[in-house]
Amino acid sequence: MASDLPPPYTALTRHEMMPRTTHDEAARFNFLTHFNRYLSGSIGSGNKLAYEKRVLPAFRAEHGRDPDHRYEIRDAMNRDQWHRMWSALKRNSMEMRQHFGRQVVLRQLDELDAMARQYNEHSGMLELDASVEQPAYQTAVDIHCQPGGYHGGEREGDVTVGANYDVGLFATVGGALGGLNDGGGQAVVDWVRAERPDWKPRRILDIGCTVGHNAVPIAQAFPDAEVIAIDTAAASLRYGAARAAALGVKNIRFVQASGEDLSRWADGHFDWVQTTMFLHELSAKAMPRIMQEANRVLAPGGLILHIEQPQYSDDMPLFEQFMRDWDAFNNNEPFWSAMHGQDLKQVMADAGFPRDAQFTAGVRAVVDPEIFPPSPDDGEEDFGRAAIWNAYGAWKPIAQEQAA
Amino acid sequence: MSEDGEPFDWVAASGRKARGKRPEYFEDPALDRLYSTVFALAAEVSALRERQDTVERLLDDKGTISRADIERYEPDRSAADERGLATRAFVARIMRGFQQEVEAMEASDPPIMDIVEKLSRE
Repeated sequence: MASDLPPPYTALTRHEMMPRTTHDEAARFNFLTHFNRYLSGSIGSGNKLAYEKRVLPAFRAEHGRDPDHRYEIRDAMNRDQWHRMWSALKRNSMEMRQHFGRQVVLRQLDELDAMARQYNEHSGMLELDASVEQPAYQTAVDIHCQPGGYHGGEREGDVTVGANYDVGLFATVGGALGGLNDGGGQAVVDWVRAERPDWKPRRILDIGCTVGHNAVPIAQAFPDAEVIAIDTAAASLRYGAARAAALGVKNIRFVQASGEDLSRWADGHFDWVQTTMFLHELSAKAMPRIMQEANRVLAPGGLILHIEQPQYSDDMPLFEQFMRDWDAFNNNEPFWSAMHGQDLKQVMADAGFPRDAQFTAGVRAVVDPEIFPPSPDDGEEDFGRAAIWNAYGAWKPIAQEQAA
Repeated sequence: MSEDGEPFDWVAASGRKARGKRPEYFEDPALDRLYSTVFALAAEVSALRERQDTVERLLDDKGTISRADIERYEPDRSAADERGLATRAFVARIMRGFQQEVEAMEASDPPIMDIVEKLSRE
């Protein structure tokens, strides 16, 4: 019974940049962890029941056929009283997470800003570029319902959004990403080590790094490599660079740059280009541009790896597609639906990664079983929040093979 | 301090709305507002219960405590499990109406009047 309980918020690893929580602030996050689990676990099945028992029969009666797109299910389910209540609960959970996190961060913002400034001045690991514009796909709405998105702030040069992102993630995922919220990056490292045990990448690029929680474990695992972590959002980079310095990592640099324009790096400069839960936060035109740039800066024989939720395919039931789409419409993830509807392998092929060089793989977050009991949903997914992902990648063919 | 020299009001600032239109889940907007209040209160009751538990554990252990003791307290694995179970049970109590609606969808019970009439005949 006890083994499937989520860890308390106090199990979080307190690096120097992590905002300090009072007893009650931690307790509020504990409530959210349990509340989220309850919504997806204990009563999440209500959505499928409502669909099968009344929404689908009513649709068939009205149209004389089954729904042929996830949007038709969405329109019908959005009229169902159960799904509306459940969605209201879940939306409120997201909003509370933001509000609770912002109270923690903003009451100590002076200290956090001062500490970040100190770390960043001394480490030299932060490189901002005010000429980098925030793309429309980052500013149209505040992604994840986080006020300010990844790029905004309360005042010039602050770390609000980065700190709030980091302080609440543990509650959102119920500790499934580990004490440093870095289970995604650790999973990538594990996969690479199993796949190519002797591989020693020298230069690694992480595109869309936000606070670097998935890039830092890569830097830690390959201490001889130089890791460049880029993002358009200075507010996230300021926090991320200070966080990495607080963790004692030295072989990473946080650079303000857009993945759509990597012109400062020469062709074939990187041995490895990584994105982690990033592609779904772009747009239909930006994604292929970033793929093409990634292909250009990747050395022959190098690795490109994208960690995402699985793409929607004809094999995936429409109801599951509809449930996975929830965040697109209810948690400000406006490219989520269209992105997951695309054939990512074709997008990668169009960007220059031949199909026969591509692969897909499943990766699972690595967590410390001493502190965090293994996830009770062993093997089951949680529509976007469980720490199980799909990797879409390719080893770029070396020139001789291309010419042959 | 904020940029204009006024003291930074972190309470007001923390409640800022995220950019992007919020979905309306119910016909009556009062219900949407009510959900926000009820579940924020639920979080607060849960936090209060956890604080009470912390006070009791510290008193058991030391006989006297200070506020700093409460703020410093971190449950060990076994205490964390007991508290986690209590929070889970609390969530289950306040969510009973929703949980039983899921059960009702599974069961599809007829209206009670059907049973009343049936028993009056049979």
